[in-house]
Amino acid sequence: MVTSVNLCGLKLINPVIPASGTFGFGLEMAPVYDLNVLGGISLKGSTAEPRFGNECPRIAECPSGMINSVGLQNPGIDVLVNDRLPALRSIYSGCIIANISGFSVDEYAECCEKAALAPEVDIIEVNISCPNVHGGGLAFGTSPKAAAEVTGRVKAVCKGKPVFVKLSPNVTDITEIARAVEDAGADGLTLINTILGMRIDIAARRPVVANRYGGFSGRAVFPVALRMVNQVARACSVPIMGCGGVASAEDVIEMMMAGATAVQVGAENLRNPMVCKEITENLPSVMDKFGIKDINEIIGIV
Amino acid sequence: MKKGLFTIIENRLIADKTWKMRLSGECHGFTGGGQFADIAIDGRFLRRPIAVREWDNDGFDIIYKTVGEGTEQLSRTKEGTVLDILTGLGNGFDAGRCAGRALIVSGGLGASPLFSLAKELVEKGKDVNVVMGFNRSSEIILEDEYRALGVKLTIATMDGSAGIRGLVTDAIMASGAEYDYFYTCGPKVMMKAVCGFCPTSGEASLEERMGCGCGICYGCTCHTKSGPARICADGPVFKKEEIIW
Repeated sequence: MVTSVNLCGLKLINPVIPASGTFGFGLEMAPVYDLNVLGGISLKGSTAEPRFGNECPRIAECPSGMINSVGLQNPGIDVLVNDRLPALRSIYSGCIIANISGFSVDEYAECCEKAALAPEVDIIEVNISCPNVHGGGLAFGTSPKAAAEVTGRVKAVCKGKPVFVKLSPNVTDITEIARAVEDAGADGLTLINTILGMRIDIAARRPVVANRYGGFSGRAVFPVALRMVNQVARACSVPIMGCGGVASAEDVIEMMMAGATAVQVGAENLRNPMVCKEITENLPSVMDKFGIKDINEIIGIV
Repeated sequence: MKKGLFTIIENRLIADKTWKMRLSGECHGFTGGGQFADIAIDGRFLRRPIAVREWDNDGFDIIYKTVGEGTEQLSRTKEGTVLDILTGLGNGFDAGRCAGRALIVSGGLGASPLFSLAKELVEKGKDVNVVMGFNRSSEIILEDEYRALGVKLTIATMDGSAGIRGLVTDAIMASGAEYDYFYTCGPKVMMKAVCGFCPTSGEASLEERMGCGCGICYGCTCHTKSGPARICADGPVFKKEEIIW
C-alpha cells in the first residue's frame, strides 16, 4: 500500500500536514507524539517583525466549528529562522513548510527570501488570506492583480524552493485568484483559509471576539473547502494542499479525490491534539476499505 | 499533557450553580495544584478548560459553575458517562516559592485550584492562611475541606450572609495574617486588587477563552512584562511581577 505523495518533487511519507496556526512551530507537540509520523508540518505564520496579534478573547465556539482572531501573533521571521527551524529540524525529518504573511509586497518578499534561505525549509507557503489583520493578508488575497504581484515577487526571491500561495475563500470566484497566482509562477496552492465570521454574546450585547470578526473553521467548512479545492483543481494544473474542516482519514481521501495532492488539518488539532497522528494511523485501513492501493491514484478523480 | 478517557463517578450540585464532578481513570498527567483539564463535551466543538481541585492515582475531581451551554450540558451528564479529557495542562502554582508563611486568597470558584496547593503547603510544614471570598453564603464551597487541612480560614461575603462582610482585601486585613508569599485565584478584578494590596511577592492564576488548551493555537495570549504569554501553556499561573493588568 502506498501512502506517500510527491509534492513539487518532495516526497512526503503521507499527505497529512497540520495547518499553519493550529500546531504552533511543531516543537510544542514534540513531547506529545513523534512528529515523524507526519508528511509535513506547516508552521505558525511569520511576519518581518514580532507581532502580539489581537487582544483576547480571540476564540469563539460555533456549531461544528470555531472562530479565531489570533491576528498573526508570532516572534518574527528572524526568530523562526535562527531558533524554531533548527530546533524543529533536529527532531523532524519530514517536509517543513514556512508560512509567511506580510503587510506590503516588499515585506512578503523580504520574509520569504529569509525563509527560503533557511536550509530547514522545504516549501514556502505565502499567506495572502489572513482575515484577522487589517491592511495585510486578505487585502492581497481578494484581488487577482495584487495576489499575482505578491506571488511574482516572492517567486523571484525563493531560490528555486517551491512556493505555495494560500488562498482565501472570502472571494466571489476563487478560480480567478488561483489562475492569477498560477500564472504569476506559484508552484502550488493551499486552500482554503478561514471564512470570515462572527458570534455575538447576547447577554453582554457585544461580539464574542475582541476583534469583532474572526476566521471560521472546523468541520462545518469542509463541504465549502472541498468544493473550492475541486473548482481550483479543475481550473489549474499546479498541485493543491487541501485544507478546511478535515477531521478524519475519510476526509483526507475525499479531499484528495476533489483534487488535493496533500491535505492540511487545521481546527481539529485544537479539539483533538492527537488527530493528525490518528489520521496517519487510520489512513491505510480506510484506503483498504475503499480498495485504494496507492493514494496517488485518487488525486483529482472526481 | 495526556489524553485519556475518564468515567464520571460523581456529578452533583454542591452550591449555587456550582457542581462537583469526580472522574475516574488513569491519572498521571498532573504535577501541581493550579493545573487544569480540558474536557470534550458531546456536540461542542471546543473542549472546556476546568481547573482541577485534587487528583490521585485513580482519577481527579473538578468544581465548575454553569455559566453557558457547555457547562450546563456537563451538569446534565450522568454518572457512568465516559469523557475524553486532556489532563496535566498548565504550569500550576509553585509551592516552593513560599519560604514559610503562605497567604491563599480565593474568589468564588478560585478556591478549587488553590486546594491542592494549600494541601501541599501544609504537608511541607508551612504556615497557611486562607482567605475565601464569595458573593453570598449560598456560593460557599470547600469550607469543610479547607478546615480539615488545619489552615487558618477566613471567609468574606459581599452581602455579609457569612463571615466578614466585604471584599477579600478587607478579610485579609481582618485575619491579621502574616505571610511572606501569596497565591490567588478568582475574578480578574479581585486578583488585581490582591496583587496591589499584598506587599509581598506572589502569584495569580489568569483565565481566558481558550482554543486548544495546550499551547499550539495562541488563542489565549496575554501581555506580560516579559512579552506575550500563552495563558494555557506558559500559565495559567503568573508571578505578580510579571502580570500586566
